[in-house]
Amino acid sequence: MTDTLLELDNVHTHIGLYHILQGLGFRAQRNRITLLLGRNGAGKTTTLRTIMGLWPASAGRISFAGADIAGRSTSAISRLGIAYVPENMGIFPDLSVKQNMLLAARKAARAADMDQQRLEWIFGLFPAVHQFWNKPAGKLSGGQKQMVAMARAIVEPRQLLLIDEPSKGLAPAIVNNMAEAMLKLKESGASILLVEQNLQLAREVGDEVAIIDAGRLVHAGPADECFAREDLLKTHLGLTLCP
Amino acid sequence: MSRSDLTPLALLPVLMGCAYLAIGNPIAWLTLTIAGVAMGMIIFTIASGMTIVFGLMDVLNFGQGVFITIGAYLSATVFAALSGHLVSPDPGEAGLVILLAIAAAVVGAGLSGLIFERLLVEPVYGDHLMQILVTTGGLIVGEEIIKIIWGVQQVNVTLPPFLSGAVVIADVAIERYRIFAFMVGALVFLSQYLVFTRTKTGLLIRAGVHDREMVEALGYGVRRLFVATFVAGCALAGLGGVMWGLYQQTLVPQIGSQMNVLVFIVIIIGGLGSTGGALLGAILVGVCANYASFIEPKVALFSNIALMTMILLWRPNGLYPASARS
Repeated sequence: MTDTLLELDNVHTHIGLYHILQGLGFRAQRNRITLLLGRNGAGKTTTLRTIMGLWPASAGRISFAGADIAGRSTSAISRLGIAYVPENMGIFPDLSVKQNMLLAARKAARAADMDQQRLEWIFGLFPAVHQFWNKPAGKLSGGQKQMVAMARAIVEPRQLLLIDEPSKGLAPAIVNNMAEAMLKLKESGASILLVEQNLQLAREVGDEVAIIDAGRLVHAGPADECFAREDLLKTHLGLTLCP
Repeated sequence: MSRSDLTPLALLPVLMGCAYLAIGNPIAWLTLTIAGVAMGMIIFTIASGMTIVFGLMDVLNFGQGVFITIGAYLSATVFAALSGHLVSPDPGEAGLVILLAIAAAVVGAGLSGLIFERLLVEPVYGDHLMQILVTTGGLIVGEEIIKIIWGVQQVNVTLPPFLSGAVVIADVAIERYRIFAFMVGALVFLSQYLVFTRTKTGLLIRAGVHDREMVEALGYGVRRLFVATFVAGCALAGLGGVMWGLYQQTLVPQIGSQMNVLVFIVIIIGGLGSTGGALLGAILVGVCANYASFIEPKVALFSNIALMTMILLWRPNGLYPASARS
């Protein structure tokens, strides 16, 4: 059984003179992976940043677990149980992997205070985190940084993960690792709102789809149905599937 | 500071070696070098707080000098009130007066910084031009308030006996106060190093220098961190004011604005947001100024600007910039 964890209702976001989100509305269900799809410039990243309060909504309602979060500060939204993995990964390059993780573990004053059992589970999902624990995060490869970014987002249990294009520029083996990790995260009870351009990864992990165009929702529904409809993909994403 | 990039550190021995060849007299060279390093440590005390404020908050605070002045004058007030104890031959008694003066300066400059941030800086976050205008205005107003409280006359500061005079080692006279200044600067550097590497607050500041949004997205209120860092930066400037006042032994209300230029040169040379860079920059500026004054006094007027220009031509972001802001 699923229920709504996140709901956007008629959300508008302005960035300077630009009106990016123009009445966007969709829902993300609890314990599901919801794909947020759309062409370049459709407003996907803006949607995630608006949910996080980094670019505050100028109008509309964003509710998370029943509470209206539009207008709250980013840190307050995060403390409600939403983690954000931005497109640039948001890694602190001067800090070690351990220090990056420690910052995300808000209750821990020192590395030894982090939940060791959870850390072991995270090391299982993302072995690179364990392997490069004491290395400066800035020295890691793109794929390793992405693993650190994902691991950092889940160092404490979160209800919802907002993940922006985690597969961008990564080798297929690492993308497969990401897919497995996301499915295991879902198994653990987390919900994910995923912006992804890699259709293979999206198909592998997605339960629900919300397609946006020019800052508005143009389609929402189960992922299987969406990917089976070539007309939808062609019209809204400009994709033609290979036979 | 990147562990692998030690090239900028070589600047110091290169500069010292060139100066040695130009001066020709080992004793004069050593005396100037020690004086320059001590001066650099005082400048570092002031600049270290400011470089973090710059790096973390992206605030161009041209009013930093006023906190140097507040620190210097508050310490002078303590020295005047306890002058009998200050000149005591007992180092413990005089040392206690110095500690009280430092405490008064740090607390006074920190509180002034809090008011300054609330009234002037907070409304202009994100607008560099307004920051320059408003904080320069704050510096001018601050100096005028200082003139009203302490007057426009020069104030003399007396060094306690245990910090006066010199220690002679192998024909080189080292002033006791310079040893003291070096120790205070080293203590400030060590404290900052421990805070930035061993505490979560320090990690948050370093993370915030790189990517403030991500620190917020992890659930931390960067606003409070900003204010705390700004106040700490002002308190350090106040401590620097005490040290500079004792170094100069005279105070004028413009002492802070005179130091401002030097401090900006140091943080630009060192790289914004980097305390290690500020330490190297401050020592380079200190020794360069001392060498230039001895070799060719007229050159001393622009030696630090010339040093900054050469370093920026080599490394446009300074010697050890904190990683580029996201």
